[in-house]
Amino acid sequence: MTRTVTDVICPFCGTLCDDLEVVVSDDGKDLLEVYNACAIGAEKFLHSQAKDRITRPRMRQEDGSWKEISYDEAVNYTARMLADAKKPLMYGWSSTNCEAQSVGAEIGEAVGAVMDNTATVCHGTSLIAVQDIGIPSCTLGEVKNRADRVLFWGCNPAHAHPRHMSRYSIFPRGFFTGKGHTGRKVIVVDPRPTDTASLADIHLQVEQGHDYELLDALRVAFRGEKLPDFVGGIPKAKIYEVAETLKSGRFAIIFFGMGVTQSIGKNHNIDIAIAVTRDLNEYTKAAIMPMRGHYNVTGSGQVWGWQFGFPFAVDLSRGFARYNPGETTSNDLLRRDEVDAVFVLGSDPGAHFPFSSVKKIYDLPSVVIDPHETPTSEVCKVHVPVAFVGVEIGGCAYRMDNVPIETRKVVDAPEGMMTDEEFLTRVLARVKELKGV
Amino acid sequence: METVTLTIKSQPGLFLEADSITPDAFAGKKAEEIVDLPVYVGREQFRLGDFFEVSGRAGATPAETKIVVNGDLSRVKYIGMKMTAGEIVANSNADMYVGAWMQGGKITVNGNVDAFAGTGMKGGEIAIKGNAGNYLGAAYRGDWRGMAGGKISVGGNAGSDLGTFMNGGEIVVGGDVDVHVATHAEGGKIVIKGNAKSRLGGQMVEGEIYVFGNIDTMMPGFAYRQDVDVDVDGIKGRFALYEGDLGERHRKRKGQAIYARLYQRINA
Repeated sequence: MTRTVTDVICPFCGTLCDDLEVVVSDDGKDLLEVYNACAIGAEKFLHSQAKDRITRPRMRQEDGSWKEISYDEAVNYTARMLADAKKPLMYGWSSTNCEAQSVGAEIGEAVGAVMDNTATVCHGTSLIAVQDIGIPSCTLGEVKNRADRVLFWGCNPAHAHPRHMSRYSIFPRGFFTGKGHTGRKVIVVDPRPTDTASLADIHLQVEQGHDYELLDALRVAFRGEKLPDFVGGIPKAKIYEVAETLKSGRFAIIFFGMGVTQSIGKNHNIDIAIAVTRDLNEYTKAAIMPMRGHYNVTGSGQVWGWQFGFPFAVDLSRGFARYNPGETTSNDLLRRDEVDAVFVLGSDPGAHFPFSSVKKIYDLPSVVIDPHETPTSEVCKVHVPVAFVGVEIGGCAYRMDNVPIETRKVVDAPEGMMTDEEFLTRVLARVKELKGV
Repeated sequence: METVTLTIKSQPGLFLEADSITPDAFAGKKAEEIVDLPVYVGREQFRLGDFFEVSGRAGATPAETKIVVNGDLSRVKYIGMKMTAGEIVANSNADMYVGAWMQGGKITVNGNVDAFAGTGMKGGEIAIKGNAGNYLGAAYRGDWRGMAGGKISVGGNAGSDLGTFMNGGEIVVGGDVDVHVATHAEGGKIVIKGNAKSRLGGQMVEGEIYVFGNIDTMMPGFAYRQDVDVDVDGIKGRFALYEGDLGERHRKRKGQAIYARLYQRINA
């Protein structure tokens, strides 16, 4: 016999869908089927059942092969590495729960680490902009129920957040949006004709790297000032039209992604997009929201914001929190040889960082905590597999709109496996022993 | 004026945080006291004397103290941070935060500096003979009050985010600059003797930018007004005057909006 667990939270992307149904075996040991999830989310659940899953920590040997070690040995190696380093980097934190992030922050404080999360190569620039000029935002529920002007700037939810459009942004019928997608005007700004752009009423195919200029042009258009004939390859008539479309709505929402946060200008692109949102509020209600990637990268910013005052790139080496992206961000630290050990949890820099940074990780003492075998585990000295958060253990996660949602355990982890939080709690205790505190 | 000479004798394994290399920290101290000032590598504290040979003696006050730093300083941060008076001469490339939050005195760097030089500067002078990195004379992260006074001159090129949130003071760059100049500025003057790329004066409220060379892309928020004769940094010439950023808020005087001004030299 099997049983079905309903209202399961999907621990994949920042949309944090909360309507999944998962079929498990009667003894709660096997996960059999996943309903309502997108292809990526379903795969995350099913991957926990892989027969070749690594279930015990491993240490790299001189000849490059792996040797199985106990969790005790892994705890000891990790604590020693962190305690011995002058300035360790503790990176990742986006694919785990807030409870583990909080313990990790305690370790970081004890060893004087630089704490950085995946925002560093993702929406960190958005966080800089928010700090510079604030953000008028809202929840996804408000978007579903109120938004009739939806602008996607440099993001492609059709592939990156597959259920975002059906649950919140384009198709759902909400309280004041009873006509669903027919009542919404969708604008996509993207240099490429993406699948999201194919759903748009207006697609502005801006020249790559001219988002800042186009956003400035919108602000000029709102104020009825004169524009040059073309901005970023877009004719001025089109820009005035889009400005009018946005102003004429009852509720405008701007979603943005990597296309603007990690292209030239970075935080400035977001800064001016927030200014556009602020300007729009003189005519109608408008909000702006980053399309956060990892399911709990937002939570990691929340936890550190609460504990240190900064959401990413927090340098604790001198005993107080310092923050300056460009200096205290992972790739800058690795590129400049500013750190002497690397700890990774809940992220895969091996796949996402520039090769020159990955090489530095390979050259340094390094530990990765990850349920999967990843490009990062290939370059680290010790790999500690753990239970899947949101599948084999619950815990708090924050959706992209900063709404906290408690994830659920649906199936048991393989016998004897630790969770992120358990492993980190053991490392913290060992660090305190080594430091004599 | 008394002079203290520092010569680096060993390089730090990581980077050296030497915010104690200022006339303010040195003033009134002998060489044997200066060697005991704290410096940091990661979380570990060391003595300045662990990394530098120190000779000479400091003046009684910061204003009477000159510091000459020799040797490769490319892994030394925070030289001259928060200094209020006196002089520092660094005979090498220096790392980040040279003269950050500086209030007075003079820093001369006979080489290049990395990012964040003159961050949140209030007064004094920084002269960089080589190139400067990103965020020269910019505000500290999250601060809407950037460089408020003083002067920064760069012989070579400067990076991106020059003078972000600038409120006052002057930056003169002898060479080219990267993207984003005077973003969010509310005052101050930036002179670029070489070429600029794009995003000059984005979200700029007030202040002046002078460009002697080319601008790859002009912000759509800047509108051409007229040609004017200008005397800037001792050079006279005819410049095209643009005003902006038209999309940004501007205060009014006698009913007229006051815009930021961008001057581009007209090649005769």
